[in-house]
Amino acid sequence: MDALFTERATILAAFWMTLRLTAVSALGSLVLGTVLTGMRVSPLPVLRTASQAYVTVARNTPLTLVLLFTSLGVGANLGVEFSAQISVNNYWLAVLGLTAYTSAFVCEALRSGINTVPVGQAEAARAVGLGFGQILGSVVLPQAFRAVIPPLGSILIALTKNTTVALVAGVAEASVRMREMIEIYGDQVIQIFLGFAAGFVALCLPTGLLFGWLSRRLAVAR
Amino acid sequence: MSGYSNLYEVPGRRGVIRNRVLAAVITVVFGWLGYVVYARFDERDQWAAEKWQPLLRADVWTTFILPGLEGTLKAAGLGIVLAGAFGLVFATARMSEHAWIRVPAAAVVEFFRAVPLLLLIFCAFFGSFAITGTTVSPFAAVVLGLTLYNGSVIAETLRAGVNSLPKGQAEAAQALGMRRGQTMVLVLMPQAIVAMMPAIVSQFVVLLKDSALGFIVGYDELVDRGLNGIAANFSNVIPAALLVAAIFIAINTALDALAHWLRRRVSKGRKVTREPGEGTVVPPSAAVDNALAKQL
Repeated sequence: MDALFTERATILAAFWMTLRLTAVSALGSLVLGTVLTGMRVSPLPVLRTASQAYVTVARNTPLTLVLLFTSLGVGANLGVEFSAQISVNNYWLAVLGLTAYTSAFVCEALRSGINTVPVGQAEAARAVGLGFGQILGSVVLPQAFRAVIPPLGSILIALTKNTTVALVAGVAEASVRMREMIEIYGDQVIQIFLGFAAGFVALCLPTGLLFGWLSRRLAVAR
Repeated sequence: MSGYSNLYEVPGRRGVIRNRVLAAVITVVFGWLGYVVYARFDERDQWAAEKWQPLLRADVWTTFILPGLEGTLKAAGLGIVLAGAFGLVFATARMSEHAWIRVPAAAVVEFFRAVPLLLLIFCAFFGSFAITGTTVSPFAAVVLGLTLYNGSVIAETLRAGVNSLPKGQAEAAQALGMRRGQTMVLVLMPQAIVAMMPAIVSQFVVLLKDSALGFIVGYDELVDRGLNGIAANFSNVIPAALLVAAIFIAINTALDALAHWLRRRVSKGRKVTREPGEGTVVPPSAAVDNALAKQL
């Protein structure tokens, strides 16, 4: 346990980065995923096709490749620069990649949530004269969100674990620190691994419990 | 076909015009965005013919793409077989009536589901010498990680499948005098595997995508051959990355279609009448499909 104890400051810093990546990407994915869902069910075929194509591509590409593409393609070749400081820039590029990847899954979940909303809800909304945006925003999506809280929780847990891949975009989060520590403290590999694993369990377990509680609390009574 | 047409009125004459205008504006915006990306890449010469032509050359395919694909498929194939076996064993173990089997199996499954796959691979690859005294190849580390993680997920899927079966199945097997082990292996598990096959195939898509993590520990697979092999020789990162992505998307879409087809077949074959209030758990995928079927 020595290594974990003496390095506790750097380990905490690494997990702080993991947490920041998770939180910001989760927020981004929720927004982009909702927009993609809106596009997917919209009256305009252009938007439907675009959303569907995006989701197919993002879901079926390995995350490793997505993050390599954001750092090499978007960063180096498109010349998108979020900050002059390399570490900050890498962080935002990783957030971009994680968001691009995760929002496809949010869109899928939300779409299946829309399927659980009874047809009568939208029909009643149309009958009182609401337009597409109003039906989606005030009637259908609020119910859809409440129906898909458990899958959204799984997506958030998966995102937390997926932030480890951000090392290919040059972000110093938990997996980078673990690799360094295994190299330095070769005699304590198992303790180091269990320590980092415990860190992720500590992040994911409350998420699971919170979403379980939320889904019971917010379940749509039918 | 659009399954969501109940979310809006059929547009009238003005609506049609408005939708056309909107569609035109959106097309222009998308086109402009596409053009900006195109122009930026063009400034860096990523569209130059000499960067794309290598992708059509036979020797590029035989030295980089096909061996890379072979590496990916080898790791994923072995991973699928081992994860399936791991899932079967641990699902059965977790439903055992002996606590000394059930509890450790549950702990193993929950642990490997909670730990990021990359950390598992790192531990196996960088830590193997310290733990066992021998080095482990990147291939073995990747396959081990894929097996432990996806095997645990499949174990949980199978367990959910067994739990969703009508109680009468196990009772009938017991009435015939089968032991618990026989009931599980001969009656419950085969039905659970069939019912959960779509979810299991979807998990195989995840496994195949995750095999790309091998790139990070230097396993010789498609992303590595594409981005370190082709791109290093022809300095064409973008074309190489796009090609690799296209190959992954093609394989995964095929697997997705297989899962979808299986789902339809499974739901067709499960028109079993059940006693009301039996508390059967419908697998989430089926619940979603039912909802979709209602809406369409």
